[in-house]
Amino acid sequence: MAIITYRDALNQALSEEIERDDQVVLMGEEVAQFKGSYKVSEGMLEKFGSDRIIDTPISEAAFSGLAVGAAMMGMRPVVEFMFWSFCYVAFDQIFNNAANVRYMSGGLINVPIVFRGPANGGTNVGATHSHTPENFAANTPGVKVICPATPADAKGMLKSAIRDNDPVCVMENTILYNLQGEVPEDDEFLVPLGKANVIREGTDLSIIAHGKSVHTSLQVAQTLEEAHKVSAEVVDLRSIRPLDTETILASVRKTNRVLLVEENKPFCGVDAQIAFLIQDQAFDYLDAPIKRVSAIDAPQAYSKALENVQIPNHDRVLRKAMELI
Amino acid sequence: MEGLHHDTIVDGEEGDPPTKEQVAPVAEDKIDEARDEDFSNKPINRDLTPDERVNLYEQMVRIRRFEERSLRAYQQGHIGGFLHLYIGQEAVAVGSVSALAEDDHVITAYRDHGHALAVGMNMDECMAELYGKKTGCSKGKGGSMHFFAPDKNFWGGHGIVGGQTPLGLGIAYALKFNKKTGACLCFMGDGATNQGPFYESLNLASLWNLPVIYVIENNGYSMGTAEARHSAGEPLARRGTAFDVAWSVSHGHDVYEVRHTINEALERAHKESRPSVLEIITYRYRGHSVADPDQTYRSKEEIEEYKNRKDPINLFKDKLISEGHLNVETAIEIDQRAKEEAAGSADFAQASPLPEPEELMDDIYWETDNPADKTSEGTMFFETP
Repeated sequence: MAIITYRDALNQALSEEIERDDQVVLMGEEVAQFKGSYKVSEGMLEKFGSDRIIDTPISEAAFSGLAVGAAMMGMRPVVEFMFWSFCYVAFDQIFNNAANVRYMSGGLINVPIVFRGPANGGTNVGATHSHTPENFAANTPGVKVICPATPADAKGMLKSAIRDNDPVCVMENTILYNLQGEVPEDDEFLVPLGKANVIREGTDLSIIAHGKSVHTSLQVAQTLEEAHKVSAEVVDLRSIRPLDTETILASVRKTNRVLLVEENKPFCGVDAQIAFLIQDQAFDYLDAPIKRVSAIDAPQAYSKALENVQIPNHDRVLRKAMELI
Repeated sequence: MEGLHHDTIVDGEEGDPPTKEQVAPVAEDKIDEARDEDFSNKPINRDLTPDERVNLYEQMVRIRRFEERSLRAYQQGHIGGFLHLYIGQEAVAVGSVSALAEDDHVITAYRDHGHALAVGMNMDECMAELYGKKTGCSKGKGGSMHFFAPDKNFWGGHGIVGGQTPLGLGIAYALKFNKKTGACLCFMGDGATNQGPFYESLNLASLWNLPVIYVIENNGYSMGTAEARHSAGEPLARRGTAFDVAWSVSHGHDVYEVRHTINEALERAHKESRPSVLEIITYRYRGHSVADPDQTYRSKEEIEEYKNRKDPINLFKDKLISEGHLNVETAIEIDQRAKEEAAGSADFAQASPLPEPEELMDDIYWETDNPADKTSEGTMFFETP
């Protein structure tokens, strides 16, 4: 198995699916000549041509809606947002049109579309470019939402998303683009949506996370083991909607203590739903209240000094874990 | 009629700046001059058979009788929510759809009953949808604003003003991508011309040479706000010049004129893969929706004057009679048939079953509707009946 970056894993997924299905196209700002703002689509224009790799003007509402219309007609567009923060100017197209057309047509139409791009803070770009809208998106029946945290999942889940017959929001992370990992070269390598991954086994505490917080949680688990002889299990949700409730509950029943970690803001964040789920279905297994670390509840700060505190970091997560044991 | 519309007929050539005449204030004599032009001799109309002409009339009558019957059902409490009636605008949908070829597609906004019937949806499924019944075209999940019939190239029925304009662009994009000789007619109201996505769409349509035809059905009012109070820079279609999109303004009370106007744009789309913006002047007799009191922003006299002078159905009936293609007895029969069909659709809707609570969970995701195709795992829904 080759070791490649998260970025290249996305590129492989896109390239393989464009080769496999002549109705798949990639469109967005700077995806073609510029090779992608984060170079995810490097080499693809040369390989697949301008009919399949399409530069758009800065018109998120129009090109998102265009892609929804094309998907209603049976195409499988992949729309890249330079940042998921920019989806806010296309909200109507994603959450009214893509999400609702199937329902409102009584199932006569489906919208096989992927919206993808980075959704993260931590890069000193301030409040307008640092949104993590996975909770907004997952609040909308009709769309699916995934947050792959590893190169293998980036490839396998993006491929599954492109083959899905409904809208899938793929939320990536600019900080993970250079992350390396083993990725199967098999062009039928698919990771199903809705399946969490127990990325580290443990017995004393379940740390449940998604996106880049998975990596922070893994570091904390390592510290817990080395410095405190605590065995922490880390569950990578991978998919927000559908949600792998079984894996979450199995881990809770095993460790009896839960720490939820996410870069989402806390109020009505993804982990609010996970906490509800756990108390509702595994209440008797809990030996302590569920604890949670999320982004500090302020608009995203520009200054690195502030943002480093704002996003769940090793020390904040460790401190909260220690309250549980 | 004063202040109701601009009434000049102008043709915009791609890239041409507007002439002084094109932006001149409304002149009553221009209406009469334009109305005197006989569009029945334009090629697309000249070649119509007598049956085809009578059918155009019948389609308009069917839409009107259907909507009048739906209004009664609304007043009786059988229909909830909004009911945006198309009465007065029938010649636009019927004339436009009648000009389409096999690979041409239609998408529209929330005032969609007329377009739905024009593309061939039947009254029963439409009325049952209004009643919120299981037999409705969207199984009672869409309602008045959300009719769909993809098998008839009809892609809705969209509730958010202007929200369908990028979708129409995407339909045109898919046609071009798959090398079909087709176009997408994207209907919208005058109010939608002030939504941002429309301009983003015009830019892309022109930049990428997409066969989309934006049909602005200008009924003079954006809900209760008259055009003079909602839009600067009339005529509205002239805004196409900013993007080198061909545009025109024409009348919507003459079904022959509508067919001619649409046909010109279709040829541009089919032969040159170029977009158009067609502003078609029309008028609605009822409120924005039927819950609208309709007395705050226009007078009864204004409505009556339009009905008396420009009712598209009466005008076309007279035209067909003068052409010798229709007689009064047949016209009465057509009207009677439409009334009976509409009454039958109300009976059908009334007798139809309501959807079951479990059906709330159908038609959300493909794979939950089609378990054989299921690839995802995990919990999809977090509260179910």
